[in-house]
Amino acid sequence: MIAVRHVSKRFGATVALDDVSLEVAPGTTHVLLGSSGSGKSTVLRVLLGLVAADAGEAWIDDVAVTPARRRQLVGRVGYVVQEGGLYPHLTVGGNVSLPAETVGWSRARTAGRVRELAGLVGFEEAMLQRYPAELSGGQRQRVGLMRALVLDPPRLLLDEPLGALDPIVRADLQLELRRLFGALGKTVVLVTHDVREAVLLGTTITLLRGGRVVQQGTFAELARKPAEPFVTEFLGAQAPPPELREIF
Amino acid sequence: MMSRPRLPRPVPILPGLHAVWVLGFVLVVGMMPPAGADGAIRVGSKSFTENYVVAEIAAQVLEAAGERVERKVGLGGTGIAYRAVAHGGVDLYPEYTGTISRAILKEPSIESVEAIREALGARGLTISGPLGFENTYALAVRADVAQRLGLARISDLARHPELTGAFTSGFLERDDGWPGLRRHYGLTLAGVRTIEHALAYQALASGAVDVIDVFSTDGRLSRAEVVVLGDDRHFFPAYAAVLLARRDFVERHGRGWAALERALVGRLDTDAMKRLNALADLDGRSARQVAARFLGREVTDDEELARLARELGVLTLEHLGLVTAAVALAVLVGLPLGILAARSAVLGQAELMAVGVLQTVPALALLCFMIPLLGIGTLPALVALFLYALLPIVRATYTGLTTLDRQLLEIADVLGLAGWRRLARIELPLASVNVLSGIKTAAIWTVGTATLAAFIGGGGYGTLIVRGLALDDVRTILAGAIPAALMALLFHGLFEVVDRLLTPRGLRLVMSRSG
Repeated sequence: MIAVRHVSKRFGATVALDDVSLEVAPGTTHVLLGSSGSGKSTVLRVLLGLVAADAGEAWIDDVAVTPARRRQLVGRVGYVVQEGGLYPHLTVGGNVSLPAETVGWSRARTAGRVRELAGLVGFEEAMLQRYPAELSGGQRQRVGLMRALVLDPPRLLLDEPLGALDPIVRADLQLELRRLFGALGKTVVLVTHDVREAVLLGTTITLLRGGRVVQQGTFAELARKPAEPFVTEFLGAQAPPPELREIF
Repeated sequence: MMSRPRLPRPVPILPGLHAVWVLGFVLVVGMMPPAGADGAIRVGSKSFTENYVVAEIAAQVLEAAGERVERKVGLGGTGIAYRAVAHGGVDLYPEYTGTISRAILKEPSIESVEAIREALGARGLTISGPLGFENTYALAVRADVAQRLGLARISDLARHPELTGAFTSGFLERDDGWPGLRRHYGLTLAGVRTIEHALAYQALASGAVDVIDVFSTDGRLSRAEVVVLGDDRHFFPAYAAVLLARRDFVERHGRGWAALERALVGRLDTDAMKRLNALADLDGRSARQVAARFLGREVTDDEELARLARELGVLTLEHLGLVTAAVALAVLVGLPLGILAARSAVLGQAELMAVGVLQTVPALALLCFMIPLLGIGTLPALVALFLYALLPIVRATYTGLTTLDRQLLEIADVLGLAGWRRLARIELPLASVNVLSGIKTAAIWTVGTATLAAFIGGGGYGTLIVRGLALDDVRTILAGAIPAALMALLFHGLFEVVDRLLTPRGLRLVMSRSG
């Protein structure tokens, strides 16, 4: 279970979050949608204990998350960021094994798991010897995902994972993520500003603006019963222009 | 059977650095002289021609008497030389009665040799009988200027306050030098600068200055177009040359001391000393050749060249040892200091300030501070060089660790990587580019700074530079300066290799792709 209850956060004079609440049902994918500065990444960071909320609580299962309790989340939550957040001095294999080494897995067990994950994301074994600098953006993203999955956490938090990728790669990966989330049965919170992504991947959506929740629900609910004009505006802003629609 | 994928380990950075430390310690232990424990007599000298020559004569006399001699010559000034003999860094060196009473005992009334010997006795020191020559300070002007302005005596200068002077720093600071002279004669000069003794004659000849201080036994006086002004009001005290020695040395090496007194006391008059000085200053003979000549032997130029080549070899090892040991120590201490500084903002600022302040202390002053604590020689030089090498290393480590990608650090947090593990697996490898750059800078700087070690008898290429400066011998200066420059280049090249070996491959790929 992932839950955020009435969380507020200021950074100096800026309001990052204002009374934000949400709950994610196990096995579903919840999308935090909004433009930059809307506070969506901050929600994730509060959930990871990277940032302390000024008010309210964040829960992962029975753990009330705070920076002091970060260590309790190891193995329970996987974290994926844009570009994968890979360590440049470690190989792909080295990066992916890092969480396993940290909790003390044996080399054999780690190696086995890494192989399994490579198969899952469609990597050949030779890939494991490469360094992040030698990979494309899409490949780095997959490595980041592998690393987040190595301890098989029941939950995944992804912060704009596909943000830096070009359109075709992005579209491919969106489909792949959908397949993976479905196959693995994880509870997922995904942060994005991309409506298409939200539609494709999200069971439920929270639309944020200026640190406040504008509306929560399925895409259908947001599309048909918008709480305010902004919702329609945001969802429609990424619709393809007429010229493009003619082609397809 | 399907082969397991190898999960390669990143190159660990710490073992590579261990190698540097081990090498440095081995070298410094090898370099450190056993501090006279082997019974060698240490002969010192200040860094001007006459002192080099007399010290070399003393050394050769002792060697002929069967003693083992270590030369600690070219010490930078009366202060250093005196402290060295007082603290046991050298056993004896050539000094002058006037200097002892005024600059060392600071009792101008103590004039006679016996009175001086008694006063020094309380400090564990003694002097030999007078060697025979006197070397007073004197003022000199160009011959044509003297004729034009009618200058023959010092009091004549009072009539020409428009003249300028350039004096050695010793002369400018001592009471028995310019300050006292000015008062005694009521003199003013339009401008007064400091100048190295060896360069003063050229400055005078070129007309850049009008008045310089000279030593009455300067070799150049016999051949230059200068007039020495008479001390008509008898300001300058007598500066009779003697050997200043430790009493415990005289007691332990009675035979050697007797040999010295036989060979030198009353045997070296002013004219003889002038001739010897001229041989060195004007004919380019080395101190060793001049001393041999005095003692009735001959050292050919070829022999001298061979000896210089051997000396260069020894100096190279000394210099290398100083640099490697100082840098190795600085890495050993500076790396943890840099890590600590990165951890705590308050501690960080305090550390950086402290290390920065150390850098502003002039190197030579720092070297002199070391003498009362550590004597002269390799050890104090090493300590001073180590302190200087700290800043680039501490700062580079600090910068490397505090400019890491925040997101990568956060991910480490999320993965549960903390403390030492995080430092070793993530932070230091990522900071390694900065750290290595700091070590490289420290090493190359230290090659240069190590040339100053010679001023306190620490050896290295500076020995030749100091000697060359004193004797105004450009070849000797270059013989020291060029190898030093080459060593700096060598270290530069060495670090290219070290970078390649110690920088994690993944990082090098990032750098080459973004570059």
